[in-house]
Amino acid sequence: MTSEKIRVQDLNLYYGDNQALHDIQLSVKKGSITAFIGPSGCGKSTLLRTLNRMNDLIDNVRITGKVYVDEQNIYDNQVDVVQLRKHVGMVFQRPNPFPMSIYDNIAYGPRIHGIKKKRDLDEIVERSLQQAALWNEVKDRLKKSALGLSGGQQQRLCIARMLAVDPDVLLMDEPTSALDPISTLKVEELTQTLKSRYTIIIVTHNMQQAARISDYTVFFLNGHLVEASETNAIFTNPKDKRTEDYITGRFG
Amino acid sequence: MGKLSDRVATILLWFIGLSILAILFWFLYRILSQGLPHLAPRFVFGMPEEILPGGGVGPQLFNSFYILLLSLAISIPLGIGAGVWLAEYAKKHWFTDLIRLSTEMLASVPSIVFGLFGMLVFVTVLGLGFSIIGGALTLSLLNLPILVRVTEETLRGLPGSYREASAALGATKWQTIKSVLLPTSLLGLITGITLVAGRALGESAILIFTAGVSVSRFAPDFNVFASGETLSVHLWYVLSEGLVPDAREIAEGSAALLVLVILIINLCLALPFRYWYRRSSGR
Ligand SMILES: Nc1ncnc2c1ncn2[C@@H]1O[C@H](COP(=O)(O)OP(=O)(O)OP(=O)(O)O)[C@@H](O)[C@H]1O
Ligand SMILES: [Mg+2]
Repeated sequence: MTSEKIRVQDLNLYYGDNQALHDIQLSVKKGSITAFIGPSGCGKSTLLRTLNRMNDLIDNVRITGKVYVDEQNIYDNQVDVVQLRKHVGMVFQRPNPFPMSIYDNIAYGPRIHGIKKKRDLDEIVERSLQQAALWNEVKDRLKKSALGLSGGQQQRLCIARMLAVDPDVLLMDEPTSALDPISTLKVEELTQTLKSRYTIIIVTHNMQQAARISDYTVFFLNGHLVEASETNAIFTNPKDKRTEDYITGRFG
Repeated sequence: MGKLSDRVATILLWFIGLSILAILFWFLYRILSQGLPHLAPRFVFGMPEEILPGGGVGPQLFNSFYILLLSLAISIPLGIGAGVWLAEYAKKHWFTDLIRLSTEMLASVPSIVFGLFGMLVFVTVLGLGFSIIGGALTLSLLNLPILVRVTEETLRGLPGSYREASAALGATKWQTIKSVLLPTSLLGLITGITLVAGRALGESAILIFTAGVSVSRFAPDFNVFASGETLSVHLWYVLSEGLVPDAREIAEGSAALLVLVILIINLCLALPFRYWYRRSSGR
């Protein structure tokens, strides 16, 4: 048995003629939190989106190399993208609830995966909202529109919506960049409680956040993976000069 | 300076808005004040006369709705289907551009041309004769491009984040369209449908050539191969060709009835729907 959940091998990604990822090698441990850091445009989101094949939605994207999730190369022809995305959930930088009720937002995933019974759905909705620490705030307004929630609540709703399809990898693309400090704290605490059951990768521009919540940190620059190691090591003793410059530049 | 131009603009826009309202009300007032007095049950539901005064428009009223419903039943699935395809499936390509361009051109073809086309194809070549089905089919051709456009535009107006969120949960493209995109664009689609329904109810040029200017001897006649004069066609017919001595009264009554029907459709369907939709989606 290996404790490796995801392995990225020789990955190159091109938007048209523009290469956005160069020869990425990366291994992610099961049950860990990994932070992706690096300056804007360095390819963090792009790499994250290769892990659940969200780049399939974009025209003109070309990918070479391999991405293994649970030792299965997800770019193999016979891989079912629907199944993959069920296992590898994603929340986006901007909260993006559907214009439906809170209940229907959460029940959306389970419904499309074939769960019909009201009792089952009720249970999933409650459990997911509990997990996302949102239940107490919304339990009396489940039938109300999700668009009426605050930004921080919407982001936790999106996390609950992702958890409702029972994934085991959580991809979070700057989940707190649009949130106030208190909501940010709530989402950060959430990652800590979810950590035991999930493998989490989080993109962040906030060094303190990466240091606070992650076990491993990966630094990217211009589409290259510069350094990947334990968070402690990378922040106290970076091996690469460029990593050090970036981290100290940010802190100083 | 900026303040002044802002005031001028505000006043001007108010003025334009109020003028439109005034024209609308003046128009409604003229039509309704002339026509309403004629709207006795005997007129609204009665059979028409060819020579004697006192004829009604019952069959025409029925035919108007019948043809409207048939044409919507044909054009809504096709129009929405094509719109969905153009917005969600069609890749950017000269061929899809051609389709889009053709749709736009179809939308600007004068309705009388559609009428002649319908007469040629449905009435003559397919041998349907002047018939309700011929009229409904031709009317669908008129509505189709508008429905395609409205559907495509509405879907394109939706944020990409809905598609991303749905895909990330493992939804297929079709599931996303069916469960997120179409329900979310319902308001736009209903607006489009109300628009074409109003146009279809008022259409005469097309129907004169395809559905004819006569009605069955009994009403309601659900036979789609019977010829089926509608209210608007009747309005034109009594004024230009009719022999009845009370043609003017019948025309005024028909016009008022037509306006009433369109108003009722808008007030009873579109507005409550809008209200309900706003509440349920929280926007
Ligand atoms: N859909 C796209 N089409 C073409 N180029 C793209 C697309 N998305 C991203 N890129 C390019 O790929 C590069 C990496 O972008 P990416 O969004 O992954 O950066 P990022 O590290 O997430 O940045 P940020 O921190 O600002 O979110 C950038 O140069 C960007 O312009
Ligand atoms: Mg990004």
